Amino acid sequence: MHIVVCIKQVPDSAQIRVHPVTNTIMRQGVPTIINPYDLFSLEEALRLRDKFGGKVTVLTMGPPMADTSLRKALSMGADAAVLLSDRCFAGSDTLATSYALASAIAKITETEPVGMVFCGKQTIDGDTAQVGPGIAKRLELNQLTYVERIDAVDETARKITVERRAEGGVQVLSTSLPCLITMLEGTNVVRRGTMEDMLRAARTEIPMWSAAKAGITDTALCGLKGSPTVVKKVFAPPPRKEKAKQIDVTGKTADDIAAATLNALFAADARLEETLFRQAGH
Amino acid sequence: MEKFDAIVVGAGPSGNAASYTLAKAGLKVLQVERGEYSGSKNVQGAILYAKSLEKIIPNFREDAPLERHIVEQRLWMMDDKSHCGTHYRSDAFNEELPNRYTIIRAQFDKWFNRQVQEAGALVVCETTVTELARDASGKVIGIKTDRDDQIVYADVVIMADGVNSLVGQRSGLRKEIKPEHAALAVKEMHFLPREVLEQRFNVKDNEGVAIEALGTVTMGLMGTAFLYTNGESLSVGIGCLVSDFRDHGTSPYVMLERFKKHPSIAPLIEGSEVKEYAAHLIPEGGFNAIPKVHGDGWLIVGDSGQFVNAMHREGSNLAMETGRMAAETVIALKTEGKAPTEANLARYRKALEDSFVMKDLKKYRKLPEIVHKNRQFFTTYPELMSKAAETWFRVDGVDKLQKEKEIFRTFRNGRTLRGLIGDAVKIARAWR
Repeated sequence: MHIVVCIKQVPDSAQIRVHPVTNTIMRQGVPTIINPYDLFSLEEALRLRDKFGGKVTVLTMGPPMADTSLRKALSMGADAAVLLSDRCFAGSDTLATSYALASAIAKITETEPVGMVFCGKQTIDGDTAQVGPGIAKRLELNQLTYVERIDAVDETARKITVERRAEGGVQVLSTSLPCLITMLEGTNVVRRGTMEDMLRAARTEIPMWSAAKAGITDTALCGLKGSPTVVKKVFAPPPRKEKAKQIDVTGKTADDIAAATLNALFAADARLEETLFRQAGH
Repeated sequence: MEKFDAIVVGAGPSGNAASYTLAKAGLKVLQVERGEYSGSKNVQGAILYAKSLEKIIPNFREDAPLERHIVEQRLWMMDDKSHCGTHYRSDAFNEELPNRYTIIRAQFDKWFNRQVQEAGALVVCETTVTELARDASGKVIGIKTDRDDQIVYADVVIMADGVNSLVGQRSGLRKEIKPEHAALAVKEMHFLPREVLEQRFNVKDNEGVAIEALGTVTMGLMGTAFLYTNGESLSVGIGCLVSDFRDHGTSPYVMLERFKKHPSIAPLIEGSEVKEYAAHLIPEGGFNAIPKVHGDGWLIVGDSGQFVNAMHREGSNLAMETGRMAAETVIALKTEGKAPTEANLARYRKALEDSFVMKDLKKYRKLPEIVHKNRQFFTTYPELMSKAAETWFRVDGVDKLQKEKEIFRTFRNGRTLRGLIGDAVKIARAWR
């Protein structure tokens, strides 16, 4: 079975800084990573391939430099990669993004029919969780979101059974293929590729598809033009006024440092001491 | 698994120089780096000496990420309150092809490695070479990595695995570095707006200043401190021998804090924002600590071979020189159709000896031992110099002859006449 995994290159949120004066996100120099939620889907797709055979293609839409994320996915074991990159995609919201990705998947299907599409649960920069369902709707795929386990895949009957985390419990769902799955975080651990994967990933020429190459004829549905979402205002939470307190620990024992830290905390908040001791049963 | 003409272990300056040179000559090269990318784990002051890179990439100035070219060098001897020393500033350093630059290694190494890839080498990151693979005769035939049990084969393996040479150690090529042969350096990146920095250091455009300091800032340990100007930041650091840190019980960061609070340094970094903190070992054992650098199917380059001239603060240039020379040896053998046996690879050792690399290291071969046994060069003398300068410049009604006598007396009390003469002889010996 041919599986397509959609990934997104995102700024590493652990390393983002907010400009102290303008309050805007400083993107320059921030390293990029594969959206962490996507990795659970990638690993699940790789496991299905290992079990049933077939092929995993990773797909992303982004600037030319997004090929580093695709190469990374290849080094983790994906078989092929496609980079969807065109100026007309700039400024896409989730509607336009799902349109572009769905078009590319449809194009891939023309030569190699796609049995399953995997997406991350959501991205860490947009947090909408809309692109996966958007693709499913456009390609008329059955959609299984927040999946925590794939119980069974029957290729001949073209059936899949999964466990889906829902409010108040777990749903066991069964549907027919082709389908779109978004995996829940923590459901697996993404693998380290073998040395052979690394060499292959380093050598692969990643094909870059323009809108036209992806079979998109109406660019009015792409990028800013195809995005009804309007960002009205971007703001960062106001920085905290109070400065961090420093405790001089040179030459002190661990006990003294702990006591000094506690005293400083209690001095800052009188109720804290009382609450803590009440909880401790004193 | 596949076979390559050469595998280079590590992607610092020596590994990149070797890989680039090999790939440019059309050899099939694999470079393996354990960091996320070339530069992600690499730390240096950092000053780039242009000549050594020019020999490899003549037009590197066109797109390499360079911070500032150095137009002013300050050498400071410090006591707790003051510094005295020399400044050399020259407009001659504002030349078309400047001689020294400050760089930020994470960016520079990334750039260098991109040139390596464009030259045709295959670069694999996030992969640790666990050991060298050998055949029954002991000849090195490739590498093993932490990814799987597969051997990746190569005619020759170039070890550019850094100061600790963990791979070299695991493979029995080298012993663990001795604490008295390694300096532990820590540094911080202090960010300052460009205009503030340029006013503070009296520079414009891309001019830069380098300050090297020694004295009481190292609290009696053998080492030096530094402050370099980058485009919009200052690299501030200090480094001392690992064995000294061990014996003295001081932490490097305590020493760095002291240096930053020194009245000569504090105003230079005032108002800056610290964004990075890094530490690294520097091999400072000199000529006598250099291990065997070639064998059957292998070569050692860069820090891994202890190629650092501690006296002149040269390391990354020697790394590039040794990386290039190792690569050229491999290329020459390949062209002549000769196998990379221990005997044939001895050409590399010969090339090193004919170059300034070994000549310089040999010249200072006694230096580590002499300064090791004579701490006064790092403690007493800077203090004496500062005191002398203070006496000399203070106008207080004491007649000048009296001042001269007082200065001489302080020196004699500090070191005794015999000590002073002995020190002069020692320095002369170390220099030869």
